[in-house]
Amino acid sequence: MAQVSSTSNEQSSTAKSITLKISRYNPEHDESSQFMEFNVKYEKWTTVLEAILDVKKHFDHSVAVRYSCRQATCGSCGMIINGKPRLACFTKISELDSDVVTVEPMNNFPVIRDLAVKFEKLFDSHQKIKPYLIRDDTELVSDEKEFLQTPEEVEQYIQFANCIKCGLCNSACPTMATDSSFVGPQALAQAYRYVADSRDKGKDSRLKIIDDSHGIWRCHFAGSCSQVCPKGVDPAMGIQLLRGYMLGFRS
Amino acid sequence: MRESTIMKIHYGTALAAVALVAVHILMRLTQNFAESLEYESVLANYKFIPYAIMLELILILLAVHGFNGLRVILIELKQGRIYEKAVSYGCLAAMIGLIAYGSRTIIMTNMGLV
Ligand code: HEM
Ligand code: SF4
Ligand code: FES
Repeated sequence: MAQVSSTSNEQSSTAKSITLKISRYNPEHDESSQFMEFNVKYEKWTTVLEAILDVKKHFDHSVAVRYSCRQATCGSCGMIINGKPRLACFTKISELDSDVVTVEPMNNFPVIRDLAVKFEKLFDSHQKIKPYLIRDDTELVSDEKEFLQTPEEVEQYIQFANCIKCGLCNSACPTMATDSSFVGPQALAQAYRYVADSRDKGKDSRLKIIDDSHGIWRCHFAGSCSQVCPKGVDPAMGIQLLRGYMLGFRS
Repeated sequence: MRESTIMKIHYGTALAAVALVAVHILMRLTQNFAESLEYESVLANYKFIPYAIMLELILILLAVHGFNGLRVILIELKQGRIYEKAVSYGCLAAMIGLIAYGSRTIIMTNMGLV
């Protein structure tokens, strides 16, 4: 499709340039997606998100992309960058080591337009596993001010609490690609996060929810989820640890 | 049945099958390959009751494991309430069918009906 040249950063002498290929698709009137190419200048520190915003600013403001924090915290800007699910704001063009950078919407999510995808199913699955502490008493009414935990108890779940719900793991998961009812690595990792929390008493109800024909057992140990997580969460391990509870190896 | 119960059976049948198939292979090594396939030798195997029971067990274990595996593949391939019910009952029926047909061979041969 269109081939346009960038004018941004022209004052800088160190700037190099790449071809940014953006997947364009509007399900309302397009049959299939098509790539649009833009020539974009970049510096050592330029992120893929900045390059896309540069295109929006200078060439085509209609490119649809979701973002907010620009610092790998809000989980909005997940997309497929040069074939791999990554956060656009957390991926520098220089680290991709390629003259062509291709951006596509995440796999396994319905496309709203271009790079923006629907998150409803991810949020529904996340909500389904009860992502909150379950117990009868609360910190507010009990005599003790806080539910104290030892560092060892925190260690059990803390990496899983880093999840920003970006959906990259679900996008990388091969089961998600064919099983539209699969609960997915994001929700399973969060089920483990709460089950492994010493303050939580909701283990049995959570294990029951994921013990479904499209639940935890549909994971086949591909491990792609853990490879792509930008926050160091290891959903594949969380899933195996959860299985430990269900098979009676852990209590 | 709970999915976890089904999957415990799936893993259990796989482990048990490894053990029994190992014994099965070791038994086969007592003769050379051509000899073990001779008509009289095959009949003798079926008539040796402990070995016939083991073959029957392998048949059950692998039918259960294989058809549950097939069910897993099929429900991951396509979803839908009616489709999934059909897959579950279809696999169960095929599993029972295969076990019945295999058992018929083992029992008839064992009883000298062939
Ligand atoms: C005795 C050796 C075997 C072992 C140790 C074994 C083990 C396993 C395990 C652990 C799984 C689950 C994999 C997963 O969830 O990703 C599986 C799945 C499966 N097995 Fe077996 N199996 C054996 C033999 C067989 C045989 C002989 C058949 C065919 C009759 C078979 C058919 C299947 C099928 C169709 C699946 C589902 C595919 C899948 O889940 O990846 N297996 N097996
Ligand atoms: S586990 Fe990692 S990849 Fe998956 S949603 Fe959470 S932060 Fe994103
Ligand atoms: S913009 Fe918030 S994670 Fe990238």
